[in-house]
Amino acid sequence: MIDMELADYIARLSQLELEEGEKRAMTAELERIVAYMDVLNRLDTQGVEPMSHVFPVKNVLREDAAQPSWDRGELLAGSPGGDGEAFLAPKAVE
Amino acid sequence: MKLRELTALELGAVIKKGEVCVREAVQAALDAVAAQDGALNAFITVAGERALCRADKLQAGVKDAQSPLYGVPMAIKDNICTRGVRTTCASKILGDFTPPYDAAVVEQLADAGAVSLGKLNMDEFAMGSTSETSYYGPVKNPWDLARAPGGSSGGAAAAVAAGMGWYAIGSDTGGSIRQPAAHCGVTGMKPTYGTVSRYGLIAYASSLDQIGPLCRDAADCAAVLDVLMGHDCRDATSLPGLDSDWNGSGPRADYGHLLERLTGDVRGMRIGLPAQCFGDGLDGAVRAAVLGAAQVLKGRGAEIVELSFPVLEYAVPAYYIIAAAEASSNLSRFDGVKYGWRAEEYDGLADLYRKTRTQGFGREVKRRILLGTFVLSSGYYDAYYKKALQAKAVIKDAFDRAFEGCDLLLTPVTPSPAPRLGDSLGDPLSMYLGDIYTVSVNLAGLPALSMPCGLDAEGMPIGAQLIAPHFGEGAALSAAHAFQLDTDWHRRAPKGGEAP
Repeated sequence: MIDMELADYIARLSQLELEEGEKRAMTAELERIVAYMDVLNRLDTQGVEPMSHVFPVKNVLREDAAQPSWDRGELLAGSPGGDGEAFLAPKAVE
Repeated sequence: MKLRELTALELGAVIKKGEVCVREAVQAALDAVAAQDGALNAFITVAGERALCRADKLQAGVKDAQSPLYGVPMAIKDNICTRGVRTTCASKILGDFTPPYDAAVVEQLADAGAVSLGKLNMDEFAMGSTSETSYYGPVKNPWDLARAPGGSSGGAAAAVAAGMGWYAIGSDTGGSIRQPAAHCGVTGMKPTYGTVSRYGLIAYASSLDQIGPLCRDAADCAAVLDVLMGHDCRDATSLPGLDSDWNGSGPRADYGHLLERLTGDVRGMRIGLPAQCFGDGLDGAVRAAVLGAAQVLKGRGAEIVELSFPVLEYAVPAYYIIAAAEASSNLSRFDGVKYGWRAEEYDGLADLYRKTRTQGFGREVKRRILLGTFVLSSGYYDAYYKKALQAKAVIKDAFDRAFEGCDLLLTPVTPSPAPRLGDSLGDPLSMYLGDIYTVSVNLAGLPALSMPCGLDAEGMPIGAQLIAPHFGEGAALSAAHAFQLDTDWHRRAPKGGEAP
């Protein structure tokens, strides 16, 4: 089911590049893994609700209280292309 | 006194009595790291100076210390954020990431008087079962340097087994605490989902990830969990406690007092052996050791019940679909802009993302991102992702039914003892299938522990898993403690100060 064309497509969606040899190997591995996942087709799930969370999780609203924010300099210090004032990245819109 | 032969609680007690000072304990651990970690590679970052400074500060407060773990040196898996200490997730992409904040568990440990020796090696982004996918090199098993320690918390298990710290904090998404604990002969526990804050844990699969301890015995695990468990509003899946304000819907957790409830009394406790967990594919020595553990518990008054768990074979595919799907989403944040590593050459923004991710992630991480993107992509979502979420519901139901007939389940942790280094890397599907006994626990959000229960013919440790219903940590720990009162497998770990 997973061929080189599909591998290209999901690599693009994942923002990953696969060079030719790696793509061939990865396609074969993913094909084997996905084929194994088809074991699930033996399980009757007619009428079973998909379960995202084991416990019922719902949005909980809290009081809108002001909290101290992170230190700006400390956050920017971790940026690989930052100038201490802002995160820097190549221009995205001409 | 041979400090390294003590458990964390025993060391905490002699520190409290003033027989040992905190600096002595830290120095003993750092000496062990210096002597052994060149061979084991359990640590990515050793924070020795920091630990010694902290020891001196803590010494002044020994008399007033409340926690039984006050002053006890430990170490932290490198996917848990530590303010001012590099946190790499064993990846190139976070190689120089120094978090500006502490994870919730790190704050809790600091409040309890813990001393961190540093950050522990692991599979990259916790993706792997052998701790060989680390960008910083594989971890070796202290029982046999030619073998893997298990994973993904392999550095944590190896460090505790080798006496490089008295306990470690790991994370478990599909067995990543329990499986390395089994392979290294230590006791490790994954608590109920939602009972330990994930705030500051670098996410792999958020609906499955849970932080927990790796220790020398069940009593130490109880003490560490007493520190870690509790509600935290910074984690949206954190559960309120029984004594907290409660909005009237959803479950509440029974936090605290695990150590004082540790009686070792299992009289009348019904312990279930699921037939499917003892079938084909299970190593003979592992089967014998786990069934032997059942006999020990029976000897202390537990009742052994045989039962069926017919959905076991669906756990691995459901787990890998859900975990990969969540990973593909969670890891989209690593793009080389706000923090972490950035590719050196690129042409425009999209190329910056692609080059950074392509060069920054290792092969197993890429494989899971691709798999997750596939199962979530248009045309395949229903057949894989939705089906896996339905399988998860069926597996949770199967556990609910099993716990109608017993109080705990006893199973193997792994189909066989620790693999040789390199054996698993070439065959990812086989590695995934090795997780058969552990992943269903994460899908159902249950607490489960791994305890040492024997050695195979080559002297490698074997683990037994005890699984409890939600919030059943106390029962699982009590049964493990009972087992450890009658056996000495947990004391066999190579922790005596001699090189393994």
